[in-house]
Amino acid sequence: MITRLYGFLLLMLFSLTSQAVVTGEMIMVRSSDAFPEAMSSLQQAISDNGYSLSRVQRVDVGLTAKGYATDKYRVVFFGKGEQIKQLAADYPQLIPYLPLKIAIYAEGDNTILISANPASFNDMFDIPQLKPMFNQWRKDIIEILNSVQSGN
Amino acid sequence: MQAQPNFCSMPGIRVSAISLLLLISSLYTFTTHANSRGEALYNENCSICHGKDGSGGMGIPLSSASFLDAASSHYIKQTIRLGRPGRVMPSFYWMTDTDIAAIIDYMNDWRKTPPRVWSARPIEGDPQIGKQLYQTHCASCHGEDAKGGKGTGVHFSRPTDIPVTATALNNQGFLHSAPDEMLHFIIKYSRQGSIMPAASQLGLSTRQVNDIVSYIRSFQRDDLYKEAAYAEEPPTLMVESPYSFDETLVNIKRAIAGANFIHIRDQPLTEGLEVTMDKDTRQTIVYFCNFNFLYDALKIDPRIGMFLPCRITVTEQAGKVQMMSINPKHLSQLFNNNELDESCDKMYELYLGILEDASL
Repeated sequence: MITRLYGFLLLMLFSLTSQAVVTGEMIMVRSSDAFPEAMSSLQQAISDNGYSLSRVQRVDVGLTAKGYATDKYRVVFFGKGEQIKQLAADYPQLIPYLPLKIAIYAEGDNTILISANPASFNDMFDIPQLKPMFNQWRKDIIEILNSVQSGN
Repeated sequence: MQAQPNFCSMPGIRVSAISLLLLISSLYTFTTHANSRGEALYNENCSICHGKDGSGGMGIPLSSASFLDAASSHYIKQTIRLGRPGRVMPSFYWMTDTDIAAIIDYMNDWRKTPPRVWSARPIEGDPQIGKQLYQTHCASCHGEDAKGGKGTGVHFSRPTDIPVTATALNNQGFLHSAPDEMLHFIIKYSRQGSIMPAASQLGLSTRQVNDIVSYIRSFQRDDLYKEAAYAEEPPTLMVESPYSFDETLVNIKRAIAGANFIHIRDQPLTEGLEVTMDKDTRQTIVYFCNFNFLYDALKIDPRIGMFLPCRITVTEQAGKVQMMSINPKHLSQLFNNNELDESCDKMYELYLGILEDASL
């Protein structure tokens, strides 16, 4: 009985810790939700984590308008205004990577979400004083993607 | 009539019976737990590309008979461990043997028959004859240089030429995972449900199959991973403009049109974000696109959307006007996709051309 309880608890633990895949420079999750629900969850999670939505690039709409067959594919831009303003002023080399973004696209009944891993900016830009911020962005993006994955 | 012993009434036996029950219960729990762990690990690390039920996506369909029929546990373990350098699948070098075994156990639930066990014994054949046979029978799908088919696995979200990408037979991760006997089996019997014909359909003898195997094996090297080609490339392309901020914007749009791209829109860097910009600072993003190029890039690797659409940002700070963009060559290192490298090289040239044109 105790053994089974132990097994059950472990199972619960693994279920709860299912999380975004971080493969080096990318953070990815697959959501069981269909695209509209996942997109809605994403925007909510971005807001819940203290970021503002800058805009949504509707890649699929542009492609479809030009005659290409594609499923839903959007890029969501988000950030913190004052933070981005300050970074752009002090470190202009970062500008092409701002604001932060997450690509979200439908794959059948599921939805895939992908972001660059901001922690990889540590090696890319070699600015030691920004390391805590890049690492915080990484943590926040994992939090956002996990939230979408769990359907919250 | 001899009385039947009542084992349960015998103290020693009773303890043993209880122990046995506990052991069975523990084993059951352990097995369930191991499969649950395997499932959790699979969902965490593999399902993003291969699908939650193994039906495929950006990665190949792992639960299909065509894959499982030939894939031994050792082959899967090696594949997880080594990845496919340059073919999207990353190396899970950090994963423990126990965790890999748990994933394999979980995948074994998809099998209808036990996994095959392949010998590591090399197969003797003539690679020169094998090369000729390969060019005749295999190259049309796997490529003349065995680089494999284009695109990523099964991706039904947008059309691909064939449902499953032909394996890159020259890939070092593949070659270090698949023994000769497995290659021989696949060539001889084909893959279930795939468009690949069996050797008998092509009129190939066992000896000729061996020759093809030895030719494929000739691609194998000791070093699995090539050095990063663009490690020295800066992450950002920056060019100073000799023109005013507004003139530079006009120049960029002209250069974009000249490069056969469509101007999408201009946007302040902090659009939508609550911030008050200083009066002497201007930052405008110019978005542009070539939809044919975009479509082809997404077919090669849907992850490329992270850096889309194309954009050049123009900034003015303390009277200095600069144009800047991502450096596609630098970013191509992130994807472990050789095919995408070509697109990134092309994109690099286009960005550089637009930046230079706008600053003339």
